[in-house]
Amino acid sequence: MKRTGAQIFVESLKAEGIDTIFCYPGGATLNITDALTDISEINQVVVRHEQAAVHAADGYARASGKVGVALVTSGPGATNTVTGIATACMDSIPMVVFSCQVNTMLIGNDAFQEADIVGITRPCTKHSYLVRDVKDLAKIIKEAFHIAASGRPGPVLVDIPKDVSSALADFKYPEKALIRSYQPTYVGHPGQIKKAMRLILHSRRPVLYTGGGVILSNASLELTRFAEALSIPVTNTLMGLGGIPGNHPLFLGMLGMHGTYSANMAITESDLIIAMGARFDDRATGKTDEFAPHAKIIHVDIDPTSISKNIKVDIPIVGDTRNVLIQMLKIVENEKETYRQQHRNVAEWIEKITGWKKNYPLTYQKNSTLKPQYVIERVYELTKGKAIITTEVGQNQMWTAQFFKFLKPRTCLTSGGLGTMGYGFPAAIGAQVAFPRSLVVDIAGDGSIQMNIQELATAVQYNLPVKVVILNNGFLGMVRQWQELFYEKRYTWTHLHSPDFVKVAEAYGAVGLRIENEKDVDKVLKEAFKNKRPTFIDVHVNPEECVYPMVPAGASLKEMLLV
Amino acid sequence: MRHTISLLVENEFGVLSRISGLFSGRGFNIESLCVAESLDPTVSTMTIVTTGNDAILEQILKQLNKLINVIKVVDFSEIDYVSREMVLVKVNAEEKTRPEILRMVEIFRGKIIDVSSRSYTIMITGDEAKLKAFISLIKPLGIKELVRTGPIAMARGERMLKIKEKTDIKGGESNG
Repeated sequence: MKRTGAQIFVESLKAEGIDTIFCYPGGATLNITDALTDISEINQVVVRHEQAAVHAADGYARASGKVGVALVTSGPGATNTVTGIATACMDSIPMVVFSCQVNTMLIGNDAFQEADIVGITRPCTKHSYLVRDVKDLAKIIKEAFHIAASGRPGPVLVDIPKDVSSALADFKYPEKALIRSYQPTYVGHPGQIKKAMRLILHSRRPVLYTGGGVILSNASLELTRFAEALSIPVTNTLMGLGGIPGNHPLFLGMLGMHGTYSANMAITESDLIIAMGARFDDRATGKTDEFAPHAKIIHVDIDPTSISKNIKVDIPIVGDTRNVLIQMLKIVENEKETYRQQHRNVAEWIEKITGWKKNYPLTYQKNSTLKPQYVIERVYELTKGKAIITTEVGQNQMWTAQFFKFLKPRTCLTSGGLGTMGYGFPAAIGAQVAFPRSLVVDIAGDGSIQMNIQELATAVQYNLPVKVVILNNGFLGMVRQWQELFYEKRYTWTHLHSPDFVKVAEAYGAVGLRIENEKDVDKVLKEAFKNKRPTFIDVHVNPEECVYPMVPAGASLKEMLLV
Repeated sequence: MRHTISLLVENEFGVLSRISGLFSGRGFNIESLCVAESLDPTVSTMTIVTTGNDAILEQILKQLNKLINVIKVVDFSEIDYVSREMVLVKVNAEEKTRPEILRMVEIFRGKIIDVSSRSYTIMITGDEAKLKAFISLIKPLGIKELVRTGPIAMARGERMLKIKEKTDIKGGESNG
C-alpha cells in the first residue's frame, strides 16, 4: 500500500519510538499536521514561537537523554529555529528538527515563505538533509536520528518540501542506518589508556576536569567511582555540573571565569589534568598560555576535533567517556595494590585543596538587601536538590551554577556554549513534558525571561507546572557587572524597564507571586513549589550584586577577583 | 606551510558547500580546490591546497573528517605523491612572435588549442614549477587571459585512496 510522505513521516517517528514533538504549524506543515490528527502515540506540544519549540525539544533531550524533536513550517518558521539549533549544536544535544519547505518546483524562486534553511543552518547543525524524493524520506529520517544520537550528539535538520509530504511511496522503515562515511569511535585505544593510567599513577597533584560529555554519555556513576578509587579531586565545567554529586567531598565546584577559588587554584597548581568530555572552552581555561602551567594533560573525548584544539594535549584518547572510564576502572581493579598507594601519594594535595575550600568558599556579603545567591540557596534547600533546574544566561546562570548543588546528572539544563538568553523557560517546558511529575524550576533574570515569555501560554495550555524564579534586579546584570568593573559604571543599555511579572503571569492564566524581602523567601517558594500550576515568582533582589569570583576576560585562572 | 589534501566525498548535492563553508567558517585558507566525479560515480574526489601551521592543519584534517559526507581525507605531505595542474593561456600572437610562441609550447610540451588572427590559446599541464616557468617566459609576449585549474594529486606507486567496506552500524545506537 502506498502512503503519502506525511504518513511516512508519522510512521517513521513511531518506528523510531518518538513520543513527543514540539511544533508550530504553517502552510507548509499542513500535510504533516493533518497526518498527525488523532495520533495519540505522539504527544504534540504546540508552542508560541519556533525558537521555543527547539529549546523545548532541547530541554526534553537534556533531561531525558532521548532525542528531542521539533517540527516547524517553512520560511520564517524555519529561520526562527536557528538560535535553538545553534544552542543545541554548541552543547552537543541530540535533536532532529523537521522544517517544512515550499514545493520542490518552487525552491530557489524566492517563493512565499521560502528560506534556504539547509544553507542557513549548515554551520550550526551536525548534519542536514533536504528531502527531494518521497522515496528517500524514511531512510533520511532513520539516518537523521542515528546521526543526532550517536558519536558526539548534535542537532540534525531535515527539510521536507510540501509536495514531498503529499507524494506517494511505499513505506518500509529501515532497521539500520548505513552511512559509510560516519563511524564514531566509542572504545578508547587500550595503549593510550595504559599510558594515561601510568601518568595518573605518577601524578601527585591530579585534577579531573569534566564536562558535558560525562552527562551525555551517562558516565557520572563511573566518574564518581573513578575519582573515589584514586582520590582525584573533580572540577566541572558548566555543562558538566551534576557529573559528580555537588556535595561530594572530592568536588571542587565549577572552574573558569566564575569558578571557585579551589577549582581554579587546583588547575593552576596541578601536575596532571585529566579532561573528560570537556573542550577547553575559553570561559573554562582563561588565558590559555597560563592554563595549568605545570600539568601534563590527558584528554578523553569522543570528538577528535576537540582534542588539541585550544590546549595542546599530551595523551589524547578518542572514545566515549563512559567506555573509557570503564576501561580505566578495570585497570585499577586489576592492579588494586598498585593503585591503592595513590591515596597516600595525593594526601598532601587533598589537604591543600581542603584548605582552599575552607578558606575561600563561595560566598557573598549578607546585608539588609535580598541577595540573589540566598534565593538560589533556598531553592536548593527547599527542593533538597531534587529538582530539574534550567537557567537563562547571565548572572542568574552563574549564581545557579555556584549555589545550587547539582546532585544528579541531567538536572542542570543551561545554554553553556552559545549562551542563549531565553533558553531556560522553554527548556523547562520541555523537561516538564518529559517528567510531568518532577519539580522543574527555571532560574531566570528579568532580562532573559522577556525573551521567550510568550511560552507562558504553552505552559498554561498544557498544564505544565513549571516554576520560574525571576531574579529581578532591573538590569541586564552580567553586562552591567562588566560595565561596573571595566567601563566605569556607565550603564548604557543595561537598565531595564520590566512589566509587572505577577500581572503578566495572571493575564496568561498562570500564578504570579512576588518576594521583596528575605523573610518571605521560604514562604513564597514553598507555596510556589506546592501548587500544580505554572508559576512566576518575581523576586526583587539587590540590583547591583555581582558574581564572584571573577577571572577578567583574557586573564589567567589564578587572577581571580574575590568578594 | 603548504599542504595538498585529497578527499573522497559523497557525490551529493550540497557537499561542496559544506566543505567550503567549513574552511570559511573556521578561518582556514583555500588556495585551490578541484572536484569531480571519481571512478565510482557515487563518490567525488576533491583536491584542496591549503596553508597553515601544524596545529591548524591538524584541525583542518579533523574537521574535514568530522563532516558526515566526507569518506576519506589524506594529507599528501606525509606521503610521496604526484601532482599536476593545467593552465590555459591566451597570448598575443603577432606575425613576428608566433615562431617564438610555438617553440616555447613545444619545449614545454603544451598544445595550441585555439587560434585566431591575433591570438593563440595554449594548454600546458605540469607541476607548479613548470607552469610558473612557462608563464614567466611567455609573459613578455603579452598574456591576454589566464585560467588555471589548481592541482590534482595522486599517491605514487601502489598506494590508493580507498573506501573502507560499509560497516553495519546499529540503528539509533546512542553512545554509552
